[in-house]
Amino acid sequence: MNTQKCLVALAGQPNCGKSTVFNALTGASQHVANYPGVTVEKMYGAYRKHGTRVNVVDLPGTYSLTSYSLEERVARDFILRDKPSVVVNVMDASNLKRHLYLTFQLIEMDVPVVLNLNMMDVAERRGIEIDVARLAEMLGVSVAPTAIKRGKGKKNLLNIINEVGLSEKGKNTFTIDYGVMEAFLEEIEKLLADRGEADYPLRWLAVKLMEADDEVEKIVQQSGHDAVIIAVKQKRRAFEDEFDELPEQHIAYARYKAADIIADESVFVKKKDTVTLSDRIDRVVCHKIVGPLVLVGVVYALYHLSIVEGYKLTNYTWPLLARLKSLTAAVMPDPAFVTEPMIRSLALWFVDSVNALLNYIPIFFILFALIAILEDTGYMPRMAFLLDRLFKRFGLHGQSTLPMVLGGVFVGGCAVPAVMSTKGIPDERARFATLLIIPMLNCLAKIPLYILMINIYFADHKGIAMMFMATITLLMALPVAKILSMTLLKGRETAPFIMEMPPYHLPTLRGVLGRAVERIWLFLKKIVTIVAAVAIVIFVLMQFPGLSGDSKAHYAEEAEKAKAVFNKKIKDNPYAEHVRRDNIMALILYVDRYKKARAGIKDKEKAKVVDARFIEENEIFFKVIKPKGDKDAKKINKALKKLISARKKILRQIKAEKINNSFLGKIGRSLEPVTQWAGFNWRVNVALLSSFAAKESSVATLGAIYQSDEEGATLEKRMSETEKNFTPLHALALLLVMALFPPCIATVLTIKIQTGSVKWMMFSMAYQMLLGIVVASIVFTGGRLLGLSGLQAMALFFGMALTFTIAMGFVNPRHEYQ
Amino acid sequence: MTLDQIKPGEQCRIKKLSAWDKLCQRLMDMGVYPGLRVKVIRNAPLEDPVEVELGGYFLSLRHDEAVFVEVDLL
Repeated sequence: MNTQKCLVALAGQPNCGKSTVFNALTGASQHVANYPGVTVEKMYGAYRKHGTRVNVVDLPGTYSLTSYSLEERVARDFILRDKPSVVVNVMDASNLKRHLYLTFQLIEMDVPVVLNLNMMDVAERRGIEIDVARLAEMLGVSVAPTAIKRGKGKKNLLNIINEVGLSEKGKNTFTIDYGVMEAFLEEIEKLLADRGEADYPLRWLAVKLMEADDEVEKIVQQSGHDAVIIAVKQKRRAFEDEFDELPEQHIAYARYKAADIIADESVFVKKKDTVTLSDRIDRVVCHKIVGPLVLVGVVYALYHLSIVEGYKLTNYTWPLLARLKSLTAAVMPDPAFVTEPMIRSLALWFVDSVNALLNYIPIFFILFALIAILEDTGYMPRMAFLLDRLFKRFGLHGQSTLPMVLGGVFVGGCAVPAVMSTKGIPDERARFATLLIIPMLNCLAKIPLYILMINIYFADHKGIAMMFMATITLLMALPVAKILSMTLLKGRETAPFIMEMPPYHLPTLRGVLGRAVERIWLFLKKIVTIVAAVAIVIFVLMQFPGLSGDSKAHYAEEAEKAKAVFNKKIKDNPYAEHVRRDNIMALILYVDRYKKARAGIKDKEKAKVVDARFIEENEIFFKVIKPKGDKDAKKINKALKKLISARKKILRQIKAEKINNSFLGKIGRSLEPVTQWAGFNWRVNVALLSSFAAKESSVATLGAIYQSDEEGATLEKRMSETEKNFTPLHALALLLVMALFPPCIATVLTIKIQTGSVKWMMFSMAYQMLLGIVVASIVFTGGRLLGLSGLQAMALFFGMALTFTIAMGFVNPRHEYQ
Repeated sequence: MTLDQIKPGEQCRIKKLSAWDKLCQRLMDMGVYPGLRVKVIRNAPLEDPVEVELGGYFLSLRHDEAVFVEVDLL
C-alpha cells in the first residue's frame, strides 16, 4: 500500500474563493488551531487521493508576503519553515492581473506552485477569456482552472496537485526582471552565497533585503551575516540616489509590469466592463444618507434575529437544560429535611452555572451564522467604510463596528462573540482598544440587574433610567478607548486603513453553517470548561466554612418543632399511618417531584399520564396531594403545606446564614471600607463578586441574600425592605458599577485567546474593576456632598460624560504619517 | 496634486507614491502604482474615507493616506 504523505498549502489574496476551495478539498475533516505563538487561526484538513494522504493547510488570505502584517508573516513563515510539497495559489480569474502580484512572490520563494484559476464562471460572465496553456507556459507552473462554487474543475485540480506534489522538486523557471536592480540583486546573492547561506532561496533573500524587510534582515543577521546587512544598506541608499525611487517601490512596480506583460498575452477582455451589480448596490449601501439608514437596519436585524428571536428559541432549549438539572438531581443523594449532602449542592450548582452559559447557545448560533453571512456577502468592509471617521476619533477603527454592535452598543449583546470578532481588525492598536472596551458595553446578562434596580429605585422614571443605562456605557467606553490608545497602546503596531471593497457575493449555506458550528464548538471547548472550574471555586467560597455547631443544633431543633406540629395535626387521621414520621421526607420529595413533572404541562391528556404515573408510585401520597372530596386527606394536605413552608423558611435562613458566614461574605465585608464610598455594603459586594462566574448570578445571589418571611414576595420588595437606607443614589452607583465592573470569566478568557496574553487579560480585569469602583464612588460621594437626588446625579453625570466624550473626540494625537 | 484633492466623479492618473515604509508597501500591495488610472467614486457619509476604483476593482482609503498618492487630474 502506498503510504506517501503530501503537505499542501493554500495561498491567495482575500476574496478569491480560497475557503470555498479549501472546503471542497477537505470536506468535513477540518480543524482549527492557532499558529504557534500568535492569535492567527490555522485551518487545516486532509483528503486521500490514490492512497496518498494529503494534508491541506489554508493559509491566511493576504495581498502580499511582507513582514508588515501578522497574517503575511504567518503565511510566509509557514511556506519557508514547513516546506509544503505544493503551494496552491488560488486566484480570482476575473481579476488575474492583480492576483499575479502574489503569485510572483510565491514563485520567488522557490516552492512548487500550482495556479488555481478559480471563479472562471465569473470571468466568463464578464467576458474575460484566459489562455490557460499560454499562462502556464509563461510562468512555468501548472495551472488548474476551476469554478469550485459551481463544482467545476475539482478533479483536475486534485490530479495536478498530486502530480506536482509527488514529482521530484524542480526549480521554478520563471523570474521577474527587476531591470536596473538586477545588478544590485546579483551582488547581494553573491555575498550570501560566499558566506554559505543555504537555508533560503538566495534570490528571494536578496529581493527581500533590498525591500528592507525586517524579518529577513533578522534571519540573515542570525546566520551571522552582519556584513551583508551593512552592504545592503549601502546598496539601498545607492539605488535610491541613482534612480530617485525607493527600492521597494521599484520592486513592486516591476512586479506589476511583469503582471501586465503576462496578462496582455493570456487574458482577453471581450466586452468592456459596464457598471457592475456590486457598484449599483454600493450606490445605495454607501450613500451619504441612505447608507447609514441601511446600516441601522442591518444592526437592528442582527439584534432582533439573534437576541429577540434567539431568546424565544431558548424557551425550547431551556427545558432540555432543566432536564439535565433534574436528571442530575435524580442521581444525587436525596436531601434531608434541613440538610443537603454536599455532593448534591455542588453538582446542582455546577449544572446551574454551566446551564447559564449553555442557555445562550441558540442566541450564539444565530449570531454567529449572521456574522458569517455579513462576512461572506462583503458587507463588513462597507460597515467599516461608513463609520471609520467616527471611530477613528476615539482610537478605534471602522472595523470596530461589528464587535461593538455584538457587544451591545445600546442594550443586549454579548461580549464573548464581540471579542472574538475583533479578529478582523487589521490595526493592532485599534483592535486592542476595541476588545478592551467591549466588556463595558451592555451585555444581555447585565440587564436583569438594571431592571431590578430601576424597578425599585427609579420606578417613576423607568424610561429615562433605561435610556441612561443604554447610552452611558458607550459614552464611557469611547473616551476610555481614546485614552488607552494614547497611553498604554501607544506602542502597538498600527496599520493603514486601505481596504478593498470586494464585489458582493451570495453566501453559501455550507460556509455559513459550517462557520457558525465551528465557532460554537470553540466557545464550548474553551469557555465552558473554565467557567465550570470557576463555578466550583465560587461554590467553595460561598459554602465554607458553613454553619457553626450552635446554628446547626438550632436549625435541627426548629425542624423537629415543625415536624412535631405536623404530627400532632394528623394524629387521629386515618392516613396518618402511611405518613408516619419516617415517611415525611419521602412525602415532601414526592410532592417536589410531582410539581416538577407537572410544571409546564397544560395539555389535559398529558397531565393525566403524569398523574397515572404518580398514582402508580404511591396511591396514598397522591391522595394527600389531590384530596378532591376526601376530608381526611384534605386535612393532611393542609398540614403538609404548612410543614413545607416551614421547611422552606428554615432552608432560606440556613442559606442566608451560610453566605453571611462564608469566605465570600468575609471578602465582601472586608471590602466595605473601600466600597462604602460608592455606597455598597457587604451584601452588594457579595452579589458583585458572585457575578464573576456569570453576570446573571448577581441577581440570583441577591435573591439568596435578601430573604423574606413572606411567601412569594418579589425580590424587589425583599430588597427594598432589607435595605431601608438605600436611596436612588445608591442604586445609581450600583447600576454604574454593574455596567463597568464585573468582568465575566467567559469574556476575560476570550480576551486572553484574542490577545494571546495573560497580561492583557489581567489588565482588562483590573482596569474595569478600578474604573467601576472609581466612577461609582465619584457619583455616590459627589452626589451626596452636593445633596443630589438619584435622578439629578444621573443627569449631571450624563452631561459630564457627554462633554468629556465630545472633548476627547477632538483631542488629536500626533498625526500618524507626519 | 494629490489623490485626496480629487472630487468624486473625477478621474486621475497616478504619478508617484510619496509614502514610505508600511503605508507605501500597503498601497503598492493593494494595487496602487504609477501609471494607473484612478476614478474617485465617493466619500463616506462623514467625508472620510474615500472610495476609488482602479483597474476594475474598488479600494477605500483615508484622506490622510491618499495625501501620499501624487496624481495628475484627467
